[in-house]
Amino acid sequence: MPTTLSPRERTRRARTGAGSRSAPVPLLAPALVGILFLVLPLVGLLLRAPWADAWTSLRGSAAGEALRLSLWTSTVATVISLLVGVPLAWLLARTVFPGQRLVRALVTLPLVLPPVVGGVALLMAFGRSGFIGQHLDRWFGVTLPFTPAAVVIAETFVAMPFLVVTVEGALRAADRGFEEAAETLGAGRMTVFRRVTLPLIGPSLAAGAVLCWARALGEFGATITFAGSFPGRTQTMPIAVYYALEADPDAAILLSLVLLLVSVAVLLALRDRWLRAGSAA
Amino acid sequence: MRRPALALVTAVAGLALAACGGGAPGPGAGATGASATRGTTTAGSPTSDLSGDITVLAAASLTESFTTLAERFEAAHPGVSVTVSFAASSTLAAQIADGAPADVYASASATTMDDVTAAGHADDPVVFAVNSMQIAVPPGNPGDVTGVEDLADPAVTTALCQPEVPCGATAAQVLTHAGLTVRPVTLEPNVKAVLSKVRLGEVDAGVVYVTDVLAAGDDVEGVEIPGAVNATTDYPIATLSRSQHPDVAAAFVDLVLSPTGAGVLSAAGFAPR
Repeated sequence: MPTTLSPRERTRRARTGAGSRSAPVPLLAPALVGILFLVLPLVGLLLRAPWADAWTSLRGSAAGEALRLSLWTSTVATVISLLVGVPLAWLLARTVFPGQRLVRALVTLPLVLPPVVGGVALLMAFGRSGFIGQHLDRWFGVTLPFTPAAVVIAETFVAMPFLVVTVEGALRAADRGFEEAAETLGAGRMTVFRRVTLPLIGPSLAAGAVLCWARALGEFGATITFAGSFPGRTQTMPIAVYYALEADPDAAILLSLVLLLVSVAVLLALRDRWLRAGSAA
Repeated sequence: MRRPALALVTAVAGLALAACGGGAPGPGAGATGASATRGTTTAGSPTSDLSGDITVLAAASLTESFTTLAERFEAAHPGVSVTVSFAASSTLAAQIADGAPADVYASASATTMDDVTAAGHADDPVVFAVNSMQIAVPPGNPGDVTGVEDLADPAVTTALCQPEVPCGATAAQVLTHAGLTVRPVTLEPNVKAVLSKVRLGEVDAGVVYVTDVLAAGDDVEGVEIPGAVNATTDYPIATLSRSQHPDVAAAFVDLVLSPTGAGVLSAAGFAPR
């Protein structure tokens, strides 16, 4: 890139790619359809929202406790995903072991699996009569279903693969030269991981974590199947929206708007990652 | 494909008309009509039997009985295909309000039917069955539930329907009658979801309809709720004003209200209206 370009021009070129400003109609028309299709439902939500008594309606609903539950469970699910998922991504990206491809396929399966199926699978494993759950119950008196812990488990199961896939991709794309240089200079493998690898993939790590968190926040199928639904204990925002739609559609719209607001906030927080074209995340 | 279908239509035309003719007496209706469809292949003169595909929205507790009735209806009317969608009555009412393409609505409560008729989506609902509640427990009764008062025991994990759903509302009446405060571990979206939590052994007890315990066979055990505290719910049915095939829809409703329909429903454990 020529050094004579102003930073502003450099940014512009980075944004527009090759720099072309006009689009041929065969590409432009479907692209506009795409934009409308993705945006119009959100407009519908805004148009139908009962703005006048929004506050009283929200306060009277289960929104507060559902949102609180959703926020903390998806955050815990993300932390667990980071603690377990980053080492897993490293293992998949930086080592070679027999059956690696199978392991990768298995751990990314929840990505494509219908979440309800995930919920059923969790019940079969960790349910009260599941093959692990029955021992938890018998030996420790612990039953997971219908508890906030079950919500966290369901969300982690569904969301962690998003983090693993993002981080593994970043690890593969990262320049190994820095790590090799650090090793040459005598750094141990853990030191390299901590001081070189992690900072190198930092942006992707953050993007993966947010993606994971957002997926956990939106989790419905696995949660209602494995954790059930009880206000304040296992009824997360998406489940509250679903139920409210039957009893009180206005409340459902408002709850949806709250989730929309949270999602917009996430996008704004990630604006340097996603709202700018061409980022690897 | 066309010719055999036509032959079947003409073969069962007489029986079919008998089956859809409301409380039409005689041995021709329902099950016998179905067997005649397979047995008879002699072609008669073409007649105008019903044709068109209908969608029936039915309460989850009607899963077994309406699946059977839909099969019998299709057997009696080869030109007709019936799709039954089972969910909580309140879910279905919301779908109807949102414009779901459907022809018949069978609800597990008069209240949700009232919502649908008040919005002008259906007229003149008719009650076709009555259901009452029972406690379903997993085989072996791990929670040692012997009566409705055991549900108030904090050690007994209980699943109920959402209060907005008819089975939740009726269960709440039972608990009120019994003067009990029950803290369920989960409020499920429909009665079959409660039943499956019991089947899987995830809860010690679930309050479901008598018909659900019967339908689950050996997968669950039933614990009676005495008549003094039990509550019942009426099942109204109506054709929807949006129906594209009102004649077929009306014929299906007639089958449900016929002696054949009553037989299927009572075999499923419903009380007569």
